[in-house]
Amino acid sequence: METLVAKKETTATKQTQTINGSQAVLEAFVAEGVDTIFGYPGGAIMPIYDALYDYHDKLKHILVRHEQGGIHAGQGYARASGKVGVVFGTSGPGATNLVTGLADAMIDSTPLVCITGQVFAHLLGTDAFQEIDVINITTPVTKWNYQVTDATEIPAVLAKAFYIARTGRPGPVLIDITKNAQLQQFEYDGYTPCTHIRSYRPKPIVRKEYVAEAAELINKAERPFIIFGQGVILGKAEKEFKAFIEKAGIPAAWTVMGLSALETDHPLNVGMLGMHGNYGPNVLTNECDVLIAIGMRFDDRVTGRLDKYAKQAKVVHLDIDPSEIDKNVKATVGVWGDCKETLPLLTKLVEAKQHTAWLNKFKEYMDEEVTEVIHDELNPTTEVMTMGEVIRNLNELTQGNAIIVTDVGQHQMVACRYAKFNQSKSNITSGGLGTMGFGLPAAIGAKFGAPDRQVITIIGDGGFQMTLQELGTIMQNEVDVKILILNNQFLGMVRQWQQLFMDKRYSFVDIASPDYVTLAKAYGIEGQRVSQREILNDALSTMLHHKGSYLLEVMVGKENNVFPMVPQGCSVSEIRLK
Amino acid sequence: MNKQEFTITVYTENHIGLLVRIATMFSRRKINIESLNTSPSEEEGIHRFTIVINEFEEVVRKLARQIEKQVEVLKAYYNTNDEIVWQELALYKVSTDEIAEKVTVERLLREHGARAVVIRKDYTIFETSGHREETDKLVNVLAPYGLIEFVRSARVAIIKASHGFHEKLREFEEAMPGEEQVENEFLDKQDSVFTM
Repeated sequence: METLVAKKETTATKQTQTINGSQAVLEAFVAEGVDTIFGYPGGAIMPIYDALYDYHDKLKHILVRHEQGGIHAGQGYARASGKVGVVFGTSGPGATNLVTGLADAMIDSTPLVCITGQVFAHLLGTDAFQEIDVINITTPVTKWNYQVTDATEIPAVLAKAFYIARTGRPGPVLIDITKNAQLQQFEYDGYTPCTHIRSYRPKPIVRKEYVAEAAELINKAERPFIIFGQGVILGKAEKEFKAFIEKAGIPAAWTVMGLSALETDHPLNVGMLGMHGNYGPNVLTNECDVLIAIGMRFDDRVTGRLDKYAKQAKVVHLDIDPSEIDKNVKATVGVWGDCKETLPLLTKLVEAKQHTAWLNKFKEYMDEEVTEVIHDELNPTTEVMTMGEVIRNLNELTQGNAIIVTDVGQHQMVACRYAKFNQSKSNITSGGLGTMGFGLPAAIGAKFGAPDRQVITIIGDGGFQMTLQELGTIMQNEVDVKILILNNQFLGMVRQWQQLFMDKRYSFVDIASPDYVTLAKAYGIEGQRVSQREILNDALSTMLHHKGSYLLEVMVGKENNVFPMVPQGCSVSEIRLK
Repeated sequence: MNKQEFTITVYTENHIGLLVRIATMFSRRKINIESLNTSPSEEEGIHRFTIVINEFEEVVRKLARQIEKQVEVLKAYYNTNDEIVWQELALYKVSTDEIAEKVTVERLLREHGARAVVIRKDYTIFETSGHREETDKLVNVLAPYGLIEFVRSARVAIIKASHGFHEKLREFEEAMPGEEQVENEFLDKQDSVFTM
């Protein structure tokens, strides 16, 4: 590996050139391999946009319709590509509009570098036009943030930003640059990527004794159970993960964020964890003897009631973030490290086994779930369509090869439960924050992040109305995104809770929709509305084969519920099938 | 386990905004900070926060990990009162006339280890340092004589078992194990890189 020292020598011989802070930002992007920026201009970021004018051959800029759309697009891009998403916003409202996306990226560990413009340094703290204290506003929702007031800082700060965003447990970084720094001319001597920050340890040296301890527990286990999260995807450790579970022969269930790290049809993939997860994985969490958690953080939506969660089991927890180990669930053995490194070490030490009887237990629970829930959800006899049957039809057409971007709510849970995935980085959703309005802009970003893949966004009628302005972005940039609206004319998830836990007091969940097909037409997007089962498959096929973006609205049952369900405050073994 | 006093010692880079980043770790969890002191450490450029809270050990342990996770934090330790030596400084302003007439200043100074910092015609300022109970004691003694003003500093504490931060810092300055050692530009050129 080339050392930084060596790089410095080469840059020392390089001639310096006079550029301004804005150009330095874009030079950093080019050096970091950025190809797409999602943004919205404004007064305080104009010098950067001025510089961008000359970089159009190297950097693609996608003009969004709202900064929230911009940052969600950046997230979608990052999640589909595995690269750092880059977002521009101006000062003041431009910056505050980014906050939801930052919080979403923070909780879902999405690598982002956001650049916001800021008023001139001499105006800081004077309540200048469009001045906001963006650093303090975004401190709790960024992995790191920094305000630049002097252009000479820009190359090093940007290098640090990209390094922090993508290494360790990834996350969003925000760099606020005052207008004077954007305009300031300085002697630029090239870009040096950051490879080390003394106060920041992205990953540790793997302690092999802990891996050995974990292996010993696993080898002694009779009913071992793996639960995995997005860490497998973020660590680019899908292969290592598969090798591990196949050798150890251990059933594996996923969190919503871990979905697609392991293909859905894999014989050891036993399904989804958590509130609307599968029956077996939830019930058997409380019957396994060793629970192996990989790159997941025991979110409350996964664990249900903590004091009744896997109390009988010894817990092995592999995570790159040491603050996650013992945070919610006490680990018997915590293995701190990058799972790309820890998993192969563990694979080497575990015995090749098949836990046939134990795996069959999952199958038995799955059979019961199919009889009680899944069969009717996917093949309903009711007149109205179900969300599940739409996903089943979609699976038949995509064969699990598409990227599915969901919004938040019932459709999200149904899509996660039933959508098929053959490859990683294919499920993009707002997991931790549960941000309605995430779907449409994230799908736009996903298409830029994975241009060769089919991108389908599944959205409810509520979430779509939160960020539908991004149809303008799709129109202007001719983005090929298939929009599938599952319309139940309700804010369905809240309605479901009101039905089940609040005596059907439907308080403000009845939501009206505009004519989405006409709306799409206004943006030059073809569309169709379907309320009959007979034409559903054809309509989906038309959508998928359509050249360019397409909107398909499917009318589904108004008061359908998502089951199984672990009611809030209940243990995972108290999961309800109806 | 009950709530008890914990002293959290945080070693950080000396950067703007870090105080807020650390403070929000507490406020977000609705934990009141009893005392907070920021100061330099024995290492140049390394800042030291001393934070006192009253909490369960379990909470403090998780909190320390969350603090340590922050990019510009090098290390966060937490200790019970048994494990540290600590002091707080207090200043007391009293009317010179009052105490000259009514108290034996000498006894007061001897008994409480107080020191007169300023003596003016109109007022005198005493100083003591020690644990809270000790500084509070003098407040009680002076109260009958019209204590005009009282102020107490945050806790500063030294961890009994600590060998200082020098060795630890050298470790942090090393690159990731397994990779070749790289020069740390942020350490070497810190002032030029991060000056506002």
